[in-house]
Amino acid sequence: MITATDKVGIVIVSHSAKVALGAAEMVAQMVGSDIPLAWTGGNSEGGLGTSVEQIIDAINAAWSEAGVAILVDLGGAETNSEMAIEMLPLERQDRVVICDAPVVEGAIMAATESWGGSDLDTVRRTAEEFGKKMD
Amino acid sequence: MNIELARTIVTEIANRVIANAQTLTVLDQAIGDGDHGHNMQRGFDAVLKDIDNLSQEGTADFLRKVGTLLVMKIGGASGPLYGTLFMSLGKSWPETVNRDSLGQCLQAAVSAVAARGKSQLGQKTMLDVLYPVVEGFCQGDDLATLRQAAIDSAQATVMMQAERGRASFLKERSVGHMDPGAKSSLLMIETICDVLEKV
Repeated sequence: MITATDKVGIVIVSHSAKVALGAAEMVAQMVGSDIPLAWTGGNSEGGLGTSVEQIIDAINAAWSEAGVAILVDLGGAETNSEMAIEMLPLERQDRVVICDAPVVEGAIMAATESWGGSDLDTVRRTAEEFGKKMD
Repeated sequence: MNIELARTIVTEIANRVIANAQTLTVLDQAIGDGDHGHNMQRGFDAVLKDIDNLSQEGTADFLRKVGTLLVMKIGGASGPLYGTLFMSLGKSWPETVNRDSLGQCLQAAVSAVAARGKSQLGQKTMLDVLYPVVEGFCQGDDLATLRQAAIDSAQATVMMQAERGRASFLKERSVGHMDPGAKSSLLMIETICDVLEKV
């Protein structure tokens, strides 16, 4: 896990640990290691799925005072991420957002924006605008 | 409802879900990602294992803790959904339990599930079983009527087209299969009826 607490943290949540790791590797290669980045994929038994517990850990690992942007793949990843946010301490809840964007491309866009020092809202908007271009 | 009865119901729900894990998985393989049975089993195994600790401080606290454990252990979308159901039951559990107060608590819990899943009636989900049963309960229906309502409404999901979850990707091909979440909700309601009929 990489940390740099003045920039928005990026969390990648996929049903597959390999997809999550692969997306994180792409972020690290393209954007570098100067942003807080964490990833999680798979259920608690190592199969496909997502785990609220692991998502909470990832958010905390990528925690930044500037907030955390989460990129998710399919429905359950989003629902579990929402649940994870609600289980955070109250003072952290409103500083975590889920981006409505494709997980790999969105993570790279969000990370690029975070690296440039943008705030949480801008990071999210950039990832989401990129997602819309793909529609 | 006292804690012993709540504990019996949750234990029997867990046993029923675990015994039917394969059925849930087969339904989910048809229109979902095939993990519903296994995920539910993992969640309710955890509940059974920890039931003594969970049930130490009254019904509301018990239900909340069961919900939290389900969120953490089930994984998949059904973790937050069933977790929210139980957590919300605990959160809005009435101090004095009667049909009115319990009805309001059930309505709050089902609404919380709908909000969590961003879903509503008629989208081929667990809500298609939970809504009619709760409505029947609030109207004063007896156990046999509620049980039948659950069976009928689970059956009715067969012909629905999924609009939420992985099954929605299949569009009209999701028609012809019972929704796995409707089935697991049916199992829970049948279990509750079974237990209450013996009380």
